[in-house]
Amino acid sequence: MELVIEEKIKRTGPVIFSEYQAGEGIRKALSINRQDVLFELKASGLKGRGGAGFPTATKWMLSAAAVADKKFIVCNADEGEPGTFKDRVLLLEYPKLIFDGMVVGGYTIGAKTGIVYLRGEYEFMLEHLESCLEKMRNENLLGKNILGKEGFDFDIKIRFGSGAYVCGEETALIESLEGHRGEPRNRPPYPVNTGYLGYPTVVNNVETLAAIPHIITKGGEWFKQHGTDKSTGSKLFSVSGDCEKPGVYELPWGTKISELLELVGAANTKAVQVGGASGICLPQSQFDRVLAYEDAATGGSIMIFNEKRSMLKVLKNFMEFFVEESCGQCTPCRVGNIKLLEGVERIEKGNYTFAYINTLKELGKTMQVASKCGLGQSSPNSFISILENFKEEIFHTNGNGGYDGKAK
Amino acid sequence: MGKRNNLRTPVSQRPHVVPKPTDTSYIGGMVSVQINEKKVSVPLGTTILEACKENQIHIPTLCNHDDLCVAGVCRICVVEVEGMRTLQTACTFPITAPIKIHTSTPMVRKARRHIVDLLLSEHYGECYSCFRNENCELQTLAKEYGVDEYTFGHINSPRHEIDNSSTSVIRDMNKCVLCKRCVRTCIDLQEVGVLEALNRGHDTKVGTFLDKPLADVICIYCGQCINRCPTGALRANDPSDDIWDAIDDPTKHVVIQTAPSPRAAIGEEFGIEPGKSFTGELNTALKRIGFDKVFDTNFTADLTIIEEGTELLNRLKKALVDKDESVKLPQFTSCSPGWIKFIEHFYPEYLDYLSTAKSPQQMFGAITKTFYAQQAGIDSVNIVTVALMPCSAKKFECNRPEMNASGYKDVDYGLTTREMAKMIKEAGIYLPEMPKSHFDDPFGEASGAGLIFGATGGVMEAALRTVYELVTGRVVPFDNLRIEPCRGFEGVKQASVKLERCVEKYNFLEGVELKFIVAHGTANAKIVMEMLKRGELSDVHFVEIMACPGGCLGGGGQPIPTSEEIRKKRAQAIYEEEESLPIRKSHENPHIKYIYENFLTEGPCGELSHKLLHTHYTKRGKYIS
Ligand SMILES: Cc1cc2nc3c(=O)[nH]c(=O)nc-3n(C[C@H](O)[C@H](O)[C@H](O)COP(=O)(O)O)c2cc1C
Ligand code: SF4
Repeated sequence: MELVIEEKIKRTGPVIFSEYQAGEGIRKALSINRQDVLFELKASGLKGRGGAGFPTATKWMLSAAAVADKKFIVCNADEGEPGTFKDRVLLLEYPKLIFDGMVVGGYTIGAKTGIVYLRGEYEFMLEHLESCLEKMRNENLLGKNILGKEGFDFDIKIRFGSGAYVCGEETALIESLEGHRGEPRNRPPYPVNTGYLGYPTVVNNVETLAAIPHIITKGGEWFKQHGTDKSTGSKLFSVSGDCEKPGVYELPWGTKISELLELVGAANTKAVQVGGASGICLPQSQFDRVLAYEDAATGGSIMIFNEKRSMLKVLKNFMEFFVEESCGQCTPCRVGNIKLLEGVERIEKGNYTFAYINTLKELGKTMQVASKCGLGQSSPNSFISILENFKEEIFHTNGNGGYDGKAK
Repeated sequence: MGKRNNLRTPVSQRPHVVPKPTDTSYIGGMVSVQINEKKVSVPLGTTILEACKENQIHIPTLCNHDDLCVAGVCRICVVEVEGMRTLQTACTFPITAPIKIHTSTPMVRKARRHIVDLLLSEHYGECYSCFRNENCELQTLAKEYGVDEYTFGHINSPRHEIDNSSTSVIRDMNKCVLCKRCVRTCIDLQEVGVLEALNRGHDTKVGTFLDKPLADVICIYCGQCINRCPTGALRANDPSDDIWDAIDDPTKHVVIQTAPSPRAAIGEEFGIEPGKSFTGELNTALKRIGFDKVFDTNFTADLTIIEEGTELLNRLKKALVDKDESVKLPQFTSCSPGWIKFIEHFYPEYLDYLSTAKSPQQMFGAITKTFYAQQAGIDSVNIVTVALMPCSAKKFECNRPEMNASGYKDVDYGLTTREMAKMIKEAGIYLPEMPKSHFDDPFGEASGAGLIFGATGGVMEAALRTVYELVTGRVVPFDNLRIEPCRGFEGVKQASVKLERCVEKYNFLEGVELKFIVAHGTANAKIVMEMLKRGELSDVHFVEIMACPGGCLGGGGQPIPTSEEIRKKRAQAIYEEEESLPIRKSHENPHIKYIYENFLTEGPCGELSHKLLHTHYTKRGKYIS
């Protein structure tokens, strides 16, 4: 099947791309009780790979503890963050990992239904994924009394998103699944208590789920050997931009940005955008920072910009994205992003004052704390970090202002 | 019965978690929280906003409305909760643990100011050219946060076309702040579902199906959205300029009828606390403005009771005596034009259940341009009829093509309470200080039964007072004529009275348990209609439905703001006024007797009344072309 960008790399890696026999994780999980699954998960220190980094064991425990007639486990395969394409690789090449992870999740929290919320553009995968599910049904890895476990029924269905970035946000995703406009909900209550159709629901990223079978079969301690103290295990990075070998890399957390740049053959790199459009943009002076939840966090997107790129254009592109992709529900994000974009355009035209740019940065900080969901909370990140980290370039070459704030 | 509980939570987010017996929320536990310096104890699940209100701590709100489920979209009510990375919206945050809340930190104040600034930057127009000037929640917030400049600029040309396609509701999205109160009103409160957010991102706006004009969709014109809009984005279609023209035209004889609900609420437009009627004062003010005659809509409310009551008794007779199976029971009331349009769109196959009696407004128009014209010796061509109503749907009703029984347009203009107040102010009159005066003859003062039409259950109560007495020859067995089961704001009320020792004419009703249902708000109407559909109303005889929550006193033409508390006070004003009236039963109104003796001589439901006072309905359905 086709891949996003032509890759010149092999699938190697310590965790996700390590050996795994289909169904093994389910078999193991069913042979132990739910608490032990949760225990193993907790020991692994696994955190969500979708971007927010919430501890997976905690999420599962909360919904396992909720008392309800029905529960759901949802695989977030909306993969909408600009510059991410690692879930696509997993879905195409390792669906067994994801589906096994969902079955283990269903067993653990007490759900009978799993739903894959698949990015609309990935429709071409449907047939392939359905045939994998059918195979699992034939092998009794899905269906009734799975692998002879009395009373454990579980099945997975696939649903499509319709192309809104915000529908990757878990509560907007749930609204979308219910047939509503994709708008994030208020929290609390959290989906683990009140999710799909009001029932307790776990939403996990594709990659998070893909890590589960490995953890169950090989143990939490094994998983923890990789990565840092606070960011255990490894991570798939979607590397794109100005480098020789773009593609999906599995690297342990704690890898330095400079190491990664070397690995992918990036030269004359000026800036690295970590975490997609909603992430932060780092200049050369910060390339010794490490990729980890506690330092430069990312859901996987790494974009590399070399010396030829205009950082103001990069920023403008991001801001245009947010102006369009905001769900339009809350004030700070709906109106705030257009103000930030207008600010960028003013800089472009040299028609700005530093006082106003500073006001916009303050507005950005308000958006970070007052927006309803992660989209609005993180959309000012690139505005703030690019204008700060590349002020010399931006304010020298654009407009009349000196970056020291003296002119205009 | 039929209670719509848990309205504060959006339908899609009602939890299905089964509470554990040990869960303290289940047994009503309390939590202690700290708000600023103050330690307080609140019931588990109280929102931060409620907790602050309880403790006299002001939190600004915009998208929040007491009648609606929470939204949490404007973000103006953000507060700091210790230990949380982001600010939290006070209106949405349920207190379930002992938290520390700060309501006025630098971060909070800055965020709120930013939010006001952002909203203002996109809010087209100037306050002094807006009908909501001095009654606008955005304006109030701007003042509260000391906005003295447009920090993020100000939009200088409109982004949206104004939708004035309908006779009733005008939408100007250039003034919309996207609080979505109208959307929640339409979807959750009224369950009509005409309005929803369209597009995404910065292009988001509130609109209709395929962004069609309001006149082309299934809007019922109840105007409840207008009452809940914080700004000037929604308003009623105002005919006051035309009315001024008619008043100023010496060849025109301009008469106005006033309904009870506007009289019980118009004081609010003049800064008076809700809960006081200004009937007498209004009579004087209207005469001073230049109306030639001021009539009481209650007169035709009494007439409605006679016609509709007779129709009910006829249906009962056909069903019980003639065993005519084509007779539709229960009979539904037909005086709320929002309800009529609702049933025409949503339940067109049930139109035969509606009473054919026109609403009091339309009966009045027809009577004015026939009987009154005759009596006063004025050519109907020169009579202009205005109806002061609490309602925006009344504007649509008077423009229905079939409403010309007199040979002319029966009612020329429907005017809302808000528009009337504006006209009175424009004439330089301060209503509360007017001396009182009486309604004009030949209709004079009406009965109290007509007056209580304004509150939900009022039509039923008025009808029962008459029907019971006609059938049994005795007064309804309720203390001081207060038929309590009809009163109060429960969504759907059901009760019955037993008919015993009937007079000879009605002995076919001997022993019948007359069952009735009262519902207000179209969401509750839907509950009743679904019951009808399921065949659960086969033993019910009479159903009163009002499109607006609280009945007419909560109508879409009433003063803004609205809340259950305000509506209760208006109801109280109406019930108090009614007890002070000498006549409280429609059939005892001497003017009614007079009109049947001298004009509608074939009696109720006779041929002439059929021509003038009854109507038919249109199967509209939900298809939008
Ligand atoms: C605007 C926005 C878009 C998001 N898009 C995705 C996405 O495409 N895929 C994803 O897994 N998580 C996405 N998330 C994160 C989810 O809300 C959620 O945190 C995640 O699915 C939880 O799974 P995890 O704990 O396994 O990471 C997005 C969040 C936001 C705010
Ligand atoms: S932050 Fe943006 S995307 Fe999120 S709810 Fe608000 S408007 Fe919608």
